[in-house]
Amino acid sequence: MSTAVTSLPAVMALVFARECRLAFRRWSQLAQPVVFFLMVTTLFPLALSPEPALLRSIGPGVVWVAAVLASLLALESLFKTDWDDGTLEQWALSDQPLAMLLLAKVAAHWCLSGVPLALCAPVVGYALGLPMSALGTLMGALALGSAVLSLLGAVGAALTLGSRRGSVLLALMVLPLAMPVLIFGARATDLAMNGDAPDAGLWLLAAGLIAAISLVPLALGAAVRVSFE
Amino acid sequence: MAASLLEVRDLHLWRGSLHVLRGLSFEACAGDVLVLEGANGSGKTSLLRVLAGLLWPEAGEVRWEGQALDDDRAALGRRVSFLGHEQGLHADLTPAENAMFATQLRRRCAADEVREALAQVGMADTDRPTRALSAGQRRRVAMARVLLAKAPVWLLDEPWTHLDASGVRLCQDLIEAHAAHGGLVVLSAHYGVDFKSTRLRRLGLS
Repeated sequence: MSTAVTSLPAVMALVFARECRLAFRRWSQLAQPVVFFLMVTTLFPLALSPEPALLRSIGPGVVWVAAVLASLLALESLFKTDWDDGTLEQWALSDQPLAMLLLAKVAAHWCLSGVPLALCAPVVGYALGLPMSALGTLMGALALGSAVLSLLGAVGAALTLGSRRGSVLLALMVLPLAMPVLIFGARATDLAMNGDAPDAGLWLLAAGLIAAISLVPLALGAAVRVSFE
Repeated sequence: MAASLLEVRDLHLWRGSLHVLRGLSFEACAGDVLVLEGANGSGKTSLLRVLAGLLWPEAGEVRWEGQALDDDRAALGRRVSFLGHEQGLHADLTPAENAMFATQLRRRCAADEVREALAQVGMADTDRPTRALSAGQRRRVAMARVLLAKAPVWLLDEPWTHLDASGVRLCQDLIEAHAAHGGLVVLSAHYGVDFKSTRLRRLGLS
C-alpha cells in the first residue's frame, strides 16, 4: 500500500489552484471586498464635500480605512466553509504540514482579495484627487499592507473557528493588529503625495510582511488544530 | 498472532466536565475490523478522533506500529484515512474534483483512478457540484476518497449514515475487502453490524 508522495510545493500549488477555482465559482463573494472598497471611497466625497483640497487631504486615510475594512470583510469566510464541511480535518490528516497548506490558502486569498484592492487603488486615488506621482506608492503600499492584513486576519479567522460570534470576535482581534499597517500605509501615501520619499513606510510594511510570513503559518496550524478540539 | 498495528494504553479523555474515555486499553492488528459500539455520547467519535490525532487525550498513549501519535505526524497521515461525521467535500466542487484534490494531497493520482473509485461506490457519472447530491450520495463520494487514499488504516465514524440498503452493503464489502488485503478498519456503529470477516472484533463503550 505504498504511495508516491507529492512534494510540498506541488501540494501548495494545488491548494492555491483549488482556492482560485472555488473563488471564480462564487463571483459574488469574490467581488464583495472590491465593491465595498469602491463604494466606501465613492461615498466620502458625496457625504463630505467635493472640494478637491479637502478630498486630497483626507484621501490617503479614506483609502486605507476602506482597504482595512474591505480586507476584514473578506476574512470572515476564509476558513469557515472548509472547517464546516470537514475539509480542514482532511488537510490536518494528510502527510503534508498543515501550516504550509494554510499559508497557500492565505496566499490565494490575498491574490483574490488584496491584489484587486491594490489594482483599484489608482482609480480611487485619482478620484479623490491624489497626484499621479503618489499612485504608484499607494498601489505598492496597498499590495504590501493587504498581504500583511490577510496573514494577520487569517490567524483571527482560524482562532474564531467554531465560535458563534466569530465575525465580531474577528474584528476585535484583527483591527488592533491592523493599526500599524494602516498607519505606515497611510503615512507612506501621504509622504509620496507631498513629494517626500515614502521609503520608510514601505520598508516597515515589507518588514511586517516578512515577519508575518515567518510566524503566521505556525500560529495558523496551531489555531486550526485547536479548533478540532 | 500478528504484531499490533495499533496499541491504546490507559486512555483518558474529558469533554468539558464529562469523563468520556476512562482508562481504555486495546490493541488491533492488520486485517482486523474493530467495531466500536455504544450509545450516543459513549465516546465512539471522540475515540476515533483521538486515534486520528485530531483530539488530544488527557492521559494515556496511542501507538501506531509502536510509534507514539505525535512522534511523526506525516507518518500518521500516510497511515490513516479518516471518514468523520463531515464528509470533507466542498459543496462547490464535483465529486471527481473533491476526490482528486483530497487524494493529491497525499499522492500523485490520475483521473482514471478517481473515476474507477467513484464507479466502485456507484458515483461514476455524477458531474454535478456536491451541493446538488443527496446526503447518501455525498457519503458514497467520501467513501471513494477513503479508498483513493490507499492508507492501510481506515477510521470510519458511522460509515453507513445516510446510506440506503445497497450503500450499506457496498460499504461493508469495501471494509471486508480492505481487511482481507491486510488493512485495519476501526469503525463506530450505533447498532450491531454483521461482517463476514473472521477478524471482526467488538469494543463496547459505555
